[in-house]
Amino acid sequence: MPAVLPPDSVGLVTPQTFSFDEPLELDSGKTLPRYELVVETYGELNAARSNAVLICHALSGDHHAAGYHSMEERKPGWWDSAIGPGKPIDTGKFFVVCLNNLGGCKGSTGPTTVNPDNGRVYGPDFPIVTVPDWVRAQERLMRRLGVGQWAAVIGGSLGGMQVMQWAISFPHLLRHAAVIAAAPRLSAQNIAFNEVARQAIFADPDFHDGHYQEHGVLPRKGLMLARMLGHITYLSDDAMRAKFGRELRAGKINFGFDVEFQVESYLRYQGASFVDRFDANTYLLMTKALDYFDPAAEYEHDLARAFAATQAEFLVVSFTTDWRFSPARSREIVKALLDAGKRVTYAEIESSHGHDAFLVPIPDYMNVFRAYMERVAGETDGGPA
Amino acid sequence: MRVDLEIIGDWIKPGSRVLDLGCGDGALLRQLRDSHAVTGYGLELNVEKLTRCVGGGIPVIHANLDQGLSAWFDAGSFDYVIMTHTLQAMRHPERLLKEMVSIGREAIVTFPNMGYWKNRMQYALGGRMPVTRALPYGWFDTPNIHLCTVRDFEALCAEIGLRILDREIVDSQHRSGALMRLMPNLMGEAAVYRLEKT
Repeated sequence: MPAVLPPDSVGLVTPQTFSFDEPLELDSGKTLPRYELVVETYGELNAARSNAVLICHALSGDHHAAGYHSMEERKPGWWDSAIGPGKPIDTGKFFVVCLNNLGGCKGSTGPTTVNPDNGRVYGPDFPIVTVPDWVRAQERLMRRLGVGQWAAVIGGSLGGMQVMQWAISFPHLLRHAAVIAAAPRLSAQNIAFNEVARQAIFADPDFHDGHYQEHGVLPRKGLMLARMLGHITYLSDDAMRAKFGRELRAGKINFGFDVEFQVESYLRYQGASFVDRFDANTYLLMTKALDYFDPAAEYEHDLARAFAATQAEFLVVSFTTDWRFSPARSREIVKALLDAGKRVTYAEIESSHGHDAFLVPIPDYMNVFRAYMERVAGETDGGPA
Repeated sequence: MRVDLEIIGDWIKPGSRVLDLGCGDGALLRQLRDSHAVTGYGLELNVEKLTRCVGGGIPVIHANLDQGLSAWFDAGSFDYVIMTHTLQAMRHPERLLKEMVSIGREAIVTFPNMGYWKNRMQYALGGRMPVTRALPYGWFDTPNIHLCTVRDFEALCAEIGLRILDREIVDSQHRSGALMRLMPNLMGEAAVYRLEKT
């Protein structure tokens, strides 16, 4: 809880809800007849409507990317480190848009909202959505907001995948694409971790095939396990060693299965607190969107061909100890962009924070990011677009 | 403008695709972009220099040249691959030179000439490793691990199949002169070469 708002915070923010009545055809073949998207915006859209930036969230993210909903809120939005006055995504220069994606659980239409066709909560019946589906919905939001072209679309991890999809699906609708700590598609190991997370949720007796809300329960144990597993993949071995080592909570071993090591305590806390703010069906959907993402598949698995029609200039950033989406995965993206002859800048940032590094204000990372975004902002001031 | 950069500017055709290895803050690429409308990328390992490239609008790839170029670029990707005053700091200069003429139609290389008479004097008479304006480091902290003379370089080119298309010998102010043309290995402080695969 901030006693006073920091000067580089976007301050108090209020989400807005946009309703869409035009049916959205999904990659699965199903159709969403109507849907709502919850959105936060920071900064002002300029008269030329040329300074809008879209932020795409990752697996457990949402529309609340920066600032505070109230003075009582314990933590600011999930990417407050990078969004605000004077920060890389400078709200003094940009009109920043962030939404909760379809299938999310923070207000946008998803498993926890009511299906207008039958008046019941969607639950497990919410269709599986893909990264291209999200991007199509985001494009409709863009039109609703009166934005003709994004100055930049920016995202980390699963958010970075949406950025790539934007550049491929709507080449003319964005000038810059910032792809941070992402991969061109998941590896078998990535999918394997997702599958264990899903099985943990399915195995919870309170899951009830996804109809837990109707039973008045939550698959707490399953979702907690899924999150604990996820957290291990977000941190690096180094970061875990530095943060917890083999430190014992009680100072000695007790020859039992209660929490003994600090890392156990941390993971249980992360898992338990996640259950209170996230929906298991949404978690399942998000992992599927990750697994399915493979933009090269439609181009004979040639990523350079997938990028051939893109018009955006790219910034690609990776982090040295990220083993979930390692620098090698970002280099695949960069190589494909180079092969396609696209303008791309790549930075591999030294960091001990693992995959989580993309949310951490590491000086080298922030400096590169800021330098890039300052140039993007320069173009919106009437310079060359 | 630095004269070695001016020489490079004279050699490069407008509108070319250029790769600059160890591009620093991107000054050469910015200059060539503005004067010759070149497109291309810089490669740079130092993240602070890379950040200055980004600020100047130069597309730059964070890469370690000692790990080679083949992971990034296919053969024939560029008209010119340029490397200014970086060759002597490379772990495998011969491998990099071969990659340069493969990835680029032509390679342009500049390096400090160890055969320069002042270097020879310091070593021959003073009995010490040379420290000059062009090579300001001590033997113990120098990044320059593969220094060579003009004659050494040309012998290597012959050995690994590089044809010399152009050569300019300059002093520390990057000026050229009659004496340098007459006795390049003795009088030249730095050398600028344009090369291709034989």
